[in-house]
Amino acid sequence: MSSSHPGSEPVVELRDGAVAIGGRPVLRHVDLTVRQGEFVTLLGPNGSGKSTLVRALTGLRPLTLGTLHLFGTPLASFRDWHRLGFVPQRSSAASGVPASVAEVVGSGRLTRRRLLRPASRADRAAVASALELVGLADRARDSVATLSGGQQQRVLIARALAGEPDLFFLDEPTAGVDLPNQQALAAALGALSAAGSTVVLVTHELGPLAPLVDRTVVLRDGRVVYDGAPLQVDDAHGHHHPSPRRTDHHPGVVAPFDRSGEDVPW
Amino acid sequence: MIDLLGHTFMQRALIAAFVTGLAAPVIGTYLVQRRLSLLGDGLGHVAVTGVAIGLLTGLAPTWTAVAVAILGAIAIEVIRERGNTSGDLALALLFYGGLAGGVMITGLAGQSAATLNRFLFGSITSISLDDIWFTLGLAVLILVVGLGLLPQLFTVAQDQDFARVAGLNVRAYNLLVAVLAAVTVTIAMRTVGLLLVSALMIVPVATSQQLARSFRRTVVGAVLVGAGSAVGGLLVSAYASVRHDVSLAPGSTIVLLALACFVGTWPVGAWQRRRDRLHAPFPAEPVEGHETTDHPHDHGPACGHPAVPHDDHVDYVHDGHRHAPHGEHYDEH
Repeated sequence: MSSSHPGSEPVVELRDGAVAIGGRPVLRHVDLTVRQGEFVTLLGPNGSGKSTLVRALTGLRPLTLGTLHLFGTPLASFRDWHRLGFVPQRSSAASGVPASVAEVVGSGRLTRRRLLRPASRADRAAVASALELVGLADRARDSVATLSGGQQQRVLIARALAGEPDLFFLDEPTAGVDLPNQQALAAALGALSAAGSTVVLVTHELGPLAPLVDRTVVLRDGRVVYDGAPLQVDDAHGHHHPSPRRTDHHPGVVAPFDRSGEDVPW
Repeated sequence: MIDLLGHTFMQRALIAAFVTGLAAPVIGTYLVQRRLSLLGDGLGHVAVTGVAIGLLTGLAPTWTAVAVAILGAIAIEVIRERGNTSGDLALALLFYGGLAGGVMITGLAGQSAATLNRFLFGSITSISLDDIWFTLGLAVLILVVGLGLLPQLFTVAQDQDFARVAGLNVRAYNLLVAVLAAVTVTIAMRTVGLLLVSALMIVPVATSQQLARSFRRTVVGAVLVGAGSAVGGLLVSAYASVRHDVSLAPGSTIVLLALACFVGTWPVGAWQRRRDRLHAPFPAEPVEGHETTDHPHDHGPACGHPAVPHDDHVDYVHDGHRHAPHGEHYDEH
């Protein structure tokens, strides 16, 4: 498929990946290769398997079929977790006990810290520069619970940044975030991308992130239906349309009446 | 009072209360962070069976209680990890089974209810020298592991998915917290009793988080409140029994003193949270027209209206809207 970084090393290589949750197939026959330095967005309607794909790529969901290599290493023997940055899909960075912004961001340094050792000067510097990059340096000592939703989302991104990874997975970082916060987020991701990091982003709406995207992957019903140049919402003609083929795996009960003139393959 | 402190049993009791008060809130903080405040209570119930097995077999009840509480903690963690929707129910069944089993086995052992009461409500003044060493050893273990692994345990309790992608063995850390909670339950058993164990783990944390804004400060504050109320409660109950001939159970005095600390700090925390909300940013909204208002007084630090930083100036909240000084008048922001 098309790639703006054809010569560089593949950092994510998924071959014929399938994931089932509770026996129900959620992803089927997914092939995805992400090369170093690419900025890839995963698009698709709710329930199309975007988040499941990211969770499979980070090792949170076991593959029922297929093989996954990260940085050329099979997932089972992958140990360089400090090369991965993950921003999970969640609305809040707060938990049952107060935690300061610096503490939450500092937990992103764990991939680079040894057991039972205090935080080094490098650790504190990384936390400070991560907070600087997302524009929250002045809130480091505040409790995360006092921040707005968009600011908390930026804290979660700073946490992933603090580990200084090469490959970022972000699961809907812009969901429920207002425009100024989305712009702050886009600026941070743009700086990362310019520095050569690889970014895999799940999103519903690109908004200010649109200019950063190198490549778009569209999922529908757990399959990749488009993989190529960024799609524009208003780009009605002259681009590669997502395949119109129906890929529902459940038997069509309603469809024959709705679509009597259509040849439905199942 | 000074005479009282000269007694060996009182010195032992003070040491036991102090180290228990230090150790219990450390584990309690992780339980509160994971919203498992009642886990300690459940483990206390399960430990009753352990005590009863000790009474039946003639082994030291403290050791059998540790063993059974750890088994219970592992069972709870396994049930939780499976993520069954009925996990909560399974925990309740385990707790009630633990308590009922304990009472029944105590009866089989031919022991009276009074024997079991020593463990249910604590018997800090009858602690033996062996028990002191046992308590000290386990408390040191809890403090070293609980504080030494603070960054790891904090991350796991804060966000499990993130911790897993960071390469942490989430299951091992969760099990570690559950096992440490079981150990805490058994060392606090002698101080406040199995039925009030959870209070010494949770109430200091609830008190401390009223004032703290960071996790580390919450832990430090909780340890201070825990150790302070454990020692303070013991002294109060001793003083009452010597001077006024009133028998106050040390365990309940300790817990009520910790609760009093919470009641004392709650208004401060509520006031602080209210003040933080005033500092919270207004949601971004499009700037409306350039309205101006005449105003009877000059806004300033002393005018009594809440001040809100807004870009390069300060707005003053006034009757539900914001006033920004602009030359001779105020703009509505």
